[in-house]
Amino acid sequence: MSLQKEELDYLTKKIGREPNDTERHIVAAEWSEHCSYKSSKIHLKMLPTKGARVIHEKGYDSGVLDVGGGYVVTVHIESHNHPSAVEPYGGAATGVGGVIRDILSAGTRPIALLDGLRFGDIQKDSHAKWLFKNAVTGIADYGNCLGIPTVGGEVEFDKCYSNYALVDVASVGFGKKERLIKNHAKAGDVVVLMGGSTGRDGIGGAQFASDSLETEDRSAVQIPDPFIEKLIIEATLEARNQGLIKAIKDLGGGGLSCAISETADAMGVGIELDVTKVHTREPNMKPSEIMTSESQERMLVITDKKKLAKLQQICKKFRVSCSVIGKVTGNKIMKVTDNKNVLASMPAEIVANAPLLNRPSKQPAYLKQLENKRQPSQPKDLSKTILSLLASPNIASKIWVYGQYDHEVGIRTVVKPGSDAAVLRLDNGKYLSVKIDGNPKHCYLDPKNGAMGCFEEACRNVVCTGATPIGMVDHLQFGNPENPEIFWTFLESLKGITEFCKHFEIPCVGGKVSLYNETPHGPIKPTPLIGVLGLIDKTPLKPQKIELGDVLVMVGITKDELGGSEYYEYIHDFIGGRAPKINLAESKKNMDSVLKIIQNGHVKAAHDCAKGGLAIAVSELSMTSNVGCAISLDKVPKEKLDSAKLLFSESHSRYLLVVEKSKLHVVLSELKKKNVSHSEIGTFQGNEIIFSNKKKLVAKLRVDKAHEKWFNSLRDLVLHA
Amino acid sequence: MKVGVVVFPGSNCDRDMYHVLGDVFKLDVKYFWHEDKLPKNLDAVVLPGGFSYGDRLRAGVIAAHSPVISDVKKMADKGLPVLGVCNGFQILVESELLPGVLLKNTSLNFMCQWTELIVKNNKTPFTSKFKIGQKIPIPIANGEGRYYIDKENLDKLKKNNQIVFQYGSNINDSVFDIAGICNKEGNVVGMMPHPERAVEPEINPKDCTPSNMIFQSLIATIGARK
Repeated sequence: MSLQKEELDYLTKKIGREPNDTERHIVAAEWSEHCSYKSSKIHLKMLPTKGARVIHEKGYDSGVLDVGGGYVVTVHIESHNHPSAVEPYGGAATGVGGVIRDILSAGTRPIALLDGLRFGDIQKDSHAKWLFKNAVTGIADYGNCLGIPTVGGEVEFDKCYSNYALVDVASVGFGKKERLIKNHAKAGDVVVLMGGSTGRDGIGGAQFASDSLETEDRSAVQIPDPFIEKLIIEATLEARNQGLIKAIKDLGGGGLSCAISETADAMGVGIELDVTKVHTREPNMKPSEIMTSESQERMLVITDKKKLAKLQQICKKFRVSCSVIGKVTGNKIMKVTDNKNVLASMPAEIVANAPLLNRPSKQPAYLKQLENKRQPSQPKDLSKTILSLLASPNIASKIWVYGQYDHEVGIRTVVKPGSDAAVLRLDNGKYLSVKIDGNPKHCYLDPKNGAMGCFEEACRNVVCTGATPIGMVDHLQFGNPENPEIFWTFLESLKGITEFCKHFEIPCVGGKVSLYNETPHGPIKPTPLIGVLGLIDKTPLKPQKIELGDVLVMVGITKDELGGSEYYEYIHDFIGGRAPKINLAESKKNMDSVLKIIQNGHVKAAHDCAKGGLAIAVSELSMTSNVGCAISLDKVPKEKLDSAKLLFSESHSRYLLVVEKSKLHVVLSELKKKNVSHSEIGTFQGNEIIFSNKKKLVAKLRVDKAHEKWFNSLRDLVLHA
Repeated sequence: MKVGVVVFPGSNCDRDMYHVLGDVFKLDVKYFWHEDKLPKNLDAVVLPGGFSYGDRLRAGVIAAHSPVISDVKKMADKGLPVLGVCNGFQILVESELLPGVLLKNTSLNFMCQWTELIVKNNKTPFTSKFKIGQKIPIPIANGEGRYYIDKENLDKLKKNNQIVFQYGSNINDSVFDIAGICNKEGNVVGMMPHPERAVEPEINPKDCTPSNMIFQSLIATIGARK
């Protein structure tokens, strides 16, 4: 957990002398993979970041999008994987805390959280179950206490995460455009540290996160205190309203080292800081400890000397500790003293910008082998297969999870968890639709198409609520980047995301890279996660009750793309085959046409066809409305496939539209006009879900039985198994 | 009609309640920080939900010692309407304005879900517009929402008509399925579910007419007093 030899040489050359011990600690924290993005930065530049709605300001840790009427939405995504794998409760909770402070730093109020959770096989692995339970409680205890609703997310279990955890948290903020904090500072401004005390928890956290998890270094995990975070939110927003904040930055990975150097570098100023002024949790902390502690719930604020008293008054009201720790200087130097002696003095630009790497990459050998593996044969009883899939942990209802999250506080949640995407109402009369999606099983077999598929899936989900995608955030999680094969999967995913962004003109407004996600059994599967924000100008499509006689229209072609499907992996324990690919032209045509039909109010419900394929998507529609349906698989737009493949293929660009009989002709003619592959595949009727192929029965399930399995199995697994 | 919303450190439904009272029901609503004095001309006061003091020690117990509580007690003594929702209910119980306690849910988890209330007492300022037995679709969101009172005091509650709301089904093992109670005089009401989350059709997946009647009852009560 220190500087590499070549980095030390580089630093020595840059500052023209040997760095001292404190300087080494500061730079080691800031040049960790976690803070510096040294492996990924040169490649991340390929992502398009500009757009008509995007607002760029220096030093922002979150993306800002103009949503009209003088309002903005902010968004950010982060993970807290290493800490959560060691101490799931605290790791997950502080993951929530960190991303919220990034939203706050733009001067916006956090209004929603989403979280993506990934663990080992909870059916067989009791440790995975322990991690899962405690991570969920950690998120619930933190988000609920703050009064920020957790409105969506995903949970996935896969053997590749054994003894490990991926905890991704995305947060959305909302505020007035005129109140955005435009980071700026001039010499003589005051540097204030607001919030919790600085302790020995989380020391070296950034380096800990930039290494493979071999030691369970619990002291590198931070301790959560949502109550202080809540007070900081209110104090910061009050200070913002009174115009007391010139610049602000959250203290996250790398602690003060990172916050000070990056703030100074972004604003082109110097900062001089006295470590003895930092309010600490315990005595006798070494300066290097103070500089690299990642204690939570702290904000760095730069204010005008004349406004300091007012800021202190607000902090006093909220009983938030607030120390003046330094001042802004004009010399672009990051200087650390202990009141008497200079402990560190280096140009901020050097500290904040690690030497970047261009790592070698190589296509992994495993890919070809997996694609050509002999595929499993069709099971005899497909009704049973559907029922097992409905009860599988990855597909079963996640109500045990989101039932513990306050998803209604803030009274914005129009479409609640359990649907395709969550919808929040905004103060400008519009609605925001949000979703995050990942699919490591697809990405393992085809990192590029897999990543594009996650992107499309998140888009499909927001589109199903009637929203136009306006921005995305990505979180790229991979194993050790020093392994060229892993680095290749990272680059491929990034290329896929970039292509999709460009084709759909959706800007990337933020993101994060998390590398060195290695378990004792090896690297995790490539796990890029995509969050998409969609905007609804008029009315969101709220899930309506499906009635007998309503018709199901399917959009998109079902292809022989079973690789990485739940059907292959959960039912057959088979990893291999061809993962779904994205055809950009087809993807856009389908999405645009479906969105238009929804926005014109022609459908009762829309659902995307994803994990578990058509069989699961249809069952979900039936179960939510407690009504049966009869589907003819021969009518599904498709390549030549057997019944099992038609039921379970996870091909992209597919949507299910529930249409009232009277509106059917409008929907069909619209799809025909746009030359979109589509078909009327069945009607809602009775109390059974029936699939047939050329009049021959393929599968049949009672809706209530299916619902019972789907609704209860994850909860039962956690509580009773 | 002037209504106050008290804000404790850690309150997080204060803004939602403020919105409902001010924007939806057009009342003259004002925030009061927990260290503020409540003005004499206040017609009613609401203690909103949230996690005052981060639920440390026990939900509501620290906030019950806030300076503002003595003014809330004065209003209660004068017979003015006082409503505590969720954490507000916990604070009313901890400050002994209402009897009983709220314990950790038997699931040991936070619970956020829609449920149904049954009105048991329509003599309070918040239920005067209801018929006895009327149902209200409403969400709960709490970790310590299980109402408990001993047998002897439960009998007193029943005898004095202090049970205001019952859950339509046993969702959290509250004694006698109690979701909300009032003081003997009926002007101080505490309830675990969140009426402010149920009054607008946009966010209420069921029927928002009944929950609106909680606030319409308050308006009628204050109006009648004037």
